[in-house]
Amino acid sequence: MTKGYIHSLESFGSVDGPGVRFIIFTSGCAMRCQFCHNPDTWNMRSGTAYTADELIEKAIRYRSYWGSEGGITVSGGEPLLQIDFLLELFRKAKQEGIHTVIDTSGNPFTKEEPFFGKFEELMKLTDLVLLDIKHIDEEQHRILTGQTNTNILELARYLSDIGKPVWIRHVLVPERNDKDEYLDRLHEFIETLDNVERVEVLPYHTLGVYKWKELGLDYPLDGIDPPDADRIENAKKRLGIC
Amino acid sequence: MANFEQWTGFSGENWRSSVDVRDFIQNNYTPYDGDESFLAGPTEATNKLWGKLQELQKEERAKGGVLDMETEVVSGLTAYGPGYIDEEMKDLEAVVGLQTDKPLKRAFMPYGGIKMAEQACTTYGYQPSEKLHEIFTVYHKTHNQGVFDIYTPEMKKARHNKIITGLPDTYGRGRIVGDYRRVALYGIDFLIEKKQYDFERYARHGMKGTDFRLREEVADQIRALQGMKEMAKVYGFDISVPAKDAKEAAQWLYFGYLAAIKTQNGAAMSVGRVSTFLDIYIERDLKNGTITEAQAQELIDHMVMKFRMVKFARIPSYNELFSGDPVWATLEVAGLGQDGRSMVTKNDFRFLHTLENMGPSPEPNLTVLYSPRLPEKFKKYASYISVETSSIQYENDDVMRPVWGDDYSICCCVSATQTGKEIQFFGARANLAKCLLYAINGGVDEKSKQQVAPAYRPITSEYLDYDEVMERYDEMMDWLSKLYVDTLNMIHYMHDKYNYEAAEMALIDTNVRRTFATGIAGFSHVIDSLCAIKYAKVKPIRDEDGIAVDFEIEGDFPRYGNDDDRADQLAIWLLKTFMHKLNKCHTYRNSEPTTSILTITSNVVYGKATGSLPDGRKGGEPLSPGANPSYGAEKNGLLASLNSVAKLPYELALDGISNTQTISPDALGHSDEERVNNLVQVMDGYFSRGAHHLNVNVFGTEKLIDAMEHPEKPEYANFTIRVSGYAVKFIDLTREQQMDVISRTCHKQM
Repeated sequence: MTKGYIHSLESFGSVDGPGVRFIIFTSGCAMRCQFCHNPDTWNMRSGTAYTADELIEKAIRYRSYWGSEGGITVSGGEPLLQIDFLLELFRKAKQEGIHTVIDTSGNPFTKEEPFFGKFEELMKLTDLVLLDIKHIDEEQHRILTGQTNTNILELARYLSDIGKPVWIRHVLVPERNDKDEYLDRLHEFIETLDNVERVEVLPYHTLGVYKWKELGLDYPLDGIDPPDADRIENAKKRLGIC
Repeated sequence: MANFEQWTGFSGENWRSSVDVRDFIQNNYTPYDGDESFLAGPTEATNKLWGKLQELQKEERAKGGVLDMETEVVSGLTAYGPGYIDEEMKDLEAVVGLQTDKPLKRAFMPYGGIKMAEQACTTYGYQPSEKLHEIFTVYHKTHNQGVFDIYTPEMKKARHNKIITGLPDTYGRGRIVGDYRRVALYGIDFLIEKKQYDFERYARHGMKGTDFRLREEVADQIRALQGMKEMAKVYGFDISVPAKDAKEAAQWLYFGYLAAIKTQNGAAMSVGRVSTFLDIYIERDLKNGTITEAQAQELIDHMVMKFRMVKFARIPSYNELFSGDPVWATLEVAGLGQDGRSMVTKNDFRFLHTLENMGPSPEPNLTVLYSPRLPEKFKKYASYISVETSSIQYENDDVMRPVWGDDYSICCCVSATQTGKEIQFFGARANLAKCLLYAINGGVDEKSKQQVAPAYRPITSEYLDYDEVMERYDEMMDWLSKLYVDTLNMIHYMHDKYNYEAAEMALIDTNVRRTFATGIAGFSHVIDSLCAIKYAKVKPIRDEDGIAVDFEIEGDFPRYGNDDDRADQLAIWLLKTFMHKLNKCHTYRNSEPTTSILTITSNVVYGKATGSLPDGRKGGEPLSPGANPSYGAEKNGLLASLNSVAKLPYELALDGISNTQTISPDALGHSDEERVNNLVQVMDGYFSRGAHHLNVNVFGTEKLIDAMEHPEKPEYANFTIRVSGYAVKFIDLTREQQMDVISRTCHKQM
């Protein structure tokens, strides 16, 4: 039985997918987003190991709060780094009739095997994907996250092709990705997809800064304040949300 | 069978011949499953009166919390002429009647204790009349003096050391809810007739002391009913006959309540389950075309305005226990009937809507009797009001209805009593956390070093042994439960004798059922302490007298509030054990013992008097309130915490299990619609697990901190928050209480 490395569990998640959800934060992420509020989840081995059964058993204790919409969301960290474990977890979740959501940056995605075959299988067990697009511009994406966005956009395209429901999420960071030009380009890209149920703007916040300090890391966005209400409204407008 | 012309259009038979308001309601109410779109905004009269009242409240705050006090007249049904919010606007008031002759002026009520009545005055710079002092010390005894005349030395010591605490021996016990609806439905003369019948009916052959007591009480009740008629006459109303329309029904009902608050300053003076009852009158008037929705809303707004004005003169030690000047004018909406129909009416929407028309307010203490089976649109509206105002509480109708039927009222924060059929003797609480320290220290108080409990063997080992602690704790709880009940028996005997609630009891059946409400403080800390002893290593740090004054904890241990059965099963054990010990005690007037896990804001004062505990809580720090898990103990989020509390069986704590949770708006959802829907999900989930109560606050810590630093900002004038069992204006709390609220877990997520 595969074990998952889990950073933490939250019994009451209401902003990561529809309704009230049990959130499983996995450990490990290859992205190094400058705005990351959970840098303590970067390291895979810092997590606690759980079996899929153990997690499902924990999650089910909260079923009475889920109603018709809620369920479980696997977030992170980057859950797709542990795709074997995810497959096992979601297979069990589906046996229990639980609504499943993955919150991913898309970074591990590739059409290469063995990943792709597993991913196709995983999508059969996943009801909704929350896909974070951090930056639409390849060069800027590399600066902001240390990684390419090519395979992320490829993932978005693939999910559209198979008709998998997706919520696109965009963390709005002043001086990084909130320029009108970038927002418009992102909007154009989203418009080409057929499966987007919702676009969410998540305003950058500084609540995770202390974690960088605790980990002995320099905070790259020192001096950048969270976006003001006007910029948030602007982003929503440009992304066609309102 | 009586048949008044005022009853035209009403159905049903039983309620016409005997006093049975429930039967009247069940036969006549109109369930409503629509949404809030029918509601009307405030009328001009409402805006004017509420504007005036807000000015008065501001003045009251500027004067240190009290606007005016009586120093010459003893409060009573007919002690004053008429009083209005504003003499010049009196015709605008759809519901009239004040406790005294002026708005927000506090009455002089000496029967609970003359010393306290006087101290309440002098605290705020008023000097009560010498004559009153003489009357109530030389010529007339009070409740407080009666109690202290008969307390045993052991009781006094236990009270002084605060192992039993907050006892209603220095203030009115309250928690008796008259069935004020009876005044509207029947008129006073019918009620007098029924009481006179009881007076004859209970004249048994070979009567003895208890029969004499009952006869005297009924005689007092009849006198109170006559007094109510006189009181109403002062305002130009004849309440000897039933109310003929909605306006009169609201007015008559309020007069019943006014009679209670003119004669008693009990800790909780609840209004009761009046919403659906009044809806019947409003529906009849709407059908007859004699009232508009705007007028109906105005009536409810003005009635609620009166409940927002209830004031009592209180002493500093009382304010420390129950911070922020609460009166628990608790009023219920919703619930289901025994026949399965929803009891939600349009009036339930109107009562909640007062929080929009006149802004948030702690009083009346609006309580939603919740069931996942309530109409969806009502659940969403209530949830919306919670998100917007943090002013309402929720109690599980599905666990209460099987015990108390479908016409119970909440008589304080979380305690149900069948309206007009039952009363409870309120008994504050025993500090079970301190009791654990007594078990460890052989009955010696860790703060005063006095031998308070019997000198049982103290625990002297280097590390605490779980089995040994449990054995000693069990013995110590035996002692405490007996002493606690004995003390309460004395208090209630004297309260009946010297401060009898004749006006409220006049509106309750003569053959009343009584419960005997006890309470537990320090609940979560006992559980976590026992877990620490069982699962980690706990080493007492003893002082030179051998008293454990602190504890060193090595290792990790499960804590209550994480849906972890190792801790949660101990919680159930603790509740059951204490309740079963209470069951062994003889209780005054054959009342049925119950218990609550509810501390109100007294968790701060109790904490001050309690030394360090084996769970790591340091001496003097606040205990966690009610049945809430300890500060910082919740590691898995809101629902894990709710699951732990939901495991406590309601049938073991029929006086209520209070839980207060604060959720940051950002953690509840991205949009208003999501927040409303998610909160409904949380409550459906929690209450379907058999939980009893939830106070819901929706705001972030930042707002609390800003309000504490800048209380003068206008947006904080009515900023209301739920604390254990009631609501309070945040800026009216002491700084200590504010800090305590801020330090509690605010559920948020990043």
